[in-house]
Amino acid sequence: MIYREVGDFKTTYRADGQTFPIRFDRWRYYAVLLVAFAVVPFIINDYWLNAVLLPFLIYSIAAIGLNILTGYCGQVSLGTGGFMAVGAYSCYKLMTGFPDLNIMICVLVSGIITALVGMLFGLPSLRIKGFYLAVATLAAQFFLVWMFNKVAWFYNYSASGQINAPERTMFGYKITGAETSAPVTYLFCLVLVVILAIVARNLTRGHLGRSWMAIRDMDIAAEIIGVNPLKAKLTAFGISSFYIGVAGALLFAVYLGAVEVGEVFGIQKSFLVLFMIIIGGLGSIFGSFAGAAFMVLLPVLLKNVLVGTLGWPTDIATHLEFAIVGALIVMFLILEPHGLAQLWRIVKEKLRLWPFPH
Amino acid sequence: MSADFLFGVEVLLNGLMAGVMYSLVALGFVLIFKASGIFNYAQGVMALFAAQTLVGIQTGLIPFSHLINAMLGTKIHHFGWNVPTFIAILITIGIMVLFAIIVEKLILKHLVNQEPIILFMATIGLAYFLEGFGDLMWGAEIKKLDVGIPQGGNLWIEESTAFLGGDDFYGFYLDTLDIYATVIAVILVASLILFSQYTKTGRALRAVADDHQAALSVGISLRTIWVIVWSIAGFVALVAGVMWGAKSGVQFSLSLIALKALPVLMLGGFTSIPGAIIGGLIIGVGEKLFEFLIGAPFLGGATENWFAYMLALVFLIFRPQGLFGEKIIERV
Repeated sequence: MIYREVGDFKTTYRADGQTFPIRFDRWRYYAVLLVAFAVVPFIINDYWLNAVLLPFLIYSIAAIGLNILTGYCGQVSLGTGGFMAVGAYSCYKLMTGFPDLNIMICVLVSGIITALVGMLFGLPSLRIKGFYLAVATLAAQFFLVWMFNKVAWFYNYSASGQINAPERTMFGYKITGAETSAPVTYLFCLVLVVILAIVARNLTRGHLGRSWMAIRDMDIAAEIIGVNPLKAKLTAFGISSFYIGVAGALLFAVYLGAVEVGEVFGIQKSFLVLFMIIIGGLGSIFGSFAGAAFMVLLPVLLKNVLVGTLGWPTDIATHLEFAIVGALIVMFLILEPHGLAQLWRIVKEKLRLWPFPH
Repeated sequence: MSADFLFGVEVLLNGLMAGVMYSLVALGFVLIFKASGIFNYAQGVMALFAAQTLVGIQTGLIPFSHLINAMLGTKIHHFGWNVPTFIAILITIGIMVLFAIIVEKLILKHLVNQEPIILFMATIGLAYFLEGFGDLMWGAEIKKLDVGIPQGGNLWIEESTAFLGGDDFYGFYLDTLDIYATVIAVILVASLILFSQYTKTGRALRAVADDHQAALSVGISLRTIWVIVWSIAGFVALVAGVMWGAKSGVQFSLSLIALKALPVLMLGGFTSIPGAIIGGLIIGVGEKLFEFLIGAPFLGGATENWFAYMLALVFLIFRPQGLFGEKIIERV
């Protein structure tokens, strides 16, 4: 009833091939954008921004990035934390090295730098497959974190070894630094998220996305039908790392402001983003958002219930969170290996026919 | 002989000892991978959990006492008794077997025929669960594990090798605990090999490792085999947990040795028990020597964090199946 394609006639190829072919879907999408751009900035406060919205937006970008590599191209990576660190540190070097550079350009260029590093570490994927590759990406994770810790040039020889985001503005509004206002940073990240998500969605629908999926489903067969594995794998590594690098730069510059590499970009972060895409759904852009929202909200919720309402000590809440997250992941893999995105698809199928049973 | 050379030898020996420790963890991985094709990321956390449980039982901690205290406002912590080490170890083995049965019933049974990568992620989830569960059960503070193995430098070796160098050389420094670990590892590997070669169950294990379907068709129960394999892996985890726990205390970082065992596996090949041992030795010696020769003088130290992975990465580019792994044949 709600999701009806009946009567929704397409008269051009363009209309037939659009991202959301069902009218209701399209309007829902516009409505979400409208709320995100026109309503949320007016009601947002610092708590919601810092606890929920900023991490959600930033991790969504990272999850989309990893989903491109793991979900669409089938190359499991445990180096996400390391690549995010590359994004953060290149953003820092750009911001301090070129004080006049626009912050938006800084973020995007750090994405490009990360993409190059990602392609470098993606090279072995041509010979190493499956688990072996997953472990090989750990080399990137540990090596990069070690490098940012040891080579003082990266943190401008500061005594603490930390990097701090200097103050930068855009159109006269403060984006990074100490005194930012909630709506501004929110909108800054939101714009990036929306643009990157649309680009990712269209990439995965096009020629490139199909060659990734062919490689994922069976690389040898894909090679035989003429997909160039070198090109497909390296573009997947490059584009995925671009997204992850942008997420890392935002996490450092806009969200945290100060970063100590081992603490923020350790192996735990790699797993966090991996969990997001497993729970959200491998090979789905919507799933990346759903997974990011889930993994950001769950700790906040548990903390509010256990520490806030029941008054338990924080460490017990943390342990319980670990156990719950672990159990949920196993449960998701058993019950719904395709994640929240698949649940959403099932709901949509039901809604198409509702209230009729068949 | 010059002091530098002798010091290098000492580094080499210590690297061998560390390598044995890595091999111990890697062994658990290989066992499970051979029998069920699952890459068990939770092995490291299993070692941590086993060590936690052992300490908890030994010192008479009340399970979940923190949780109960938080919920009911009581202040309980100990039963007030100490269990002898031997009995505590037996109980811990029992718990690890129980854990294996639960894993099989609740997880593996439902994930038959899924892609390996899904199974891998399931074990990551299992690792997270077990980590949180273990901390809830026994508390997260660093515990001291004492099973009666002496620690500290071995005086006998130090004294009997002191003559090799000049006056400023006092003999090789080797930790007694490491020597014990080496001996135990050798016994463990030998008994595992004997077990898989000469017992009926061992033969069934090898059959399952060879071909799941063929094994099923001659009447071997896959599910029983999985329980057995996970129990053995739990036992190996206990041994590894005891050794590492006695060395550096039972704490969270123990579970990270799983990450260290990964390059060992890649080097040795996922399917080979001798590969796990030799891979462990190469990594152990390699990272200590690299740190000693290149890392500390030129690169600012702490290269041990990544050297093993880089070595494995470079190695894999030339031999994708590892040193002793079965050749990977792909068909369309």
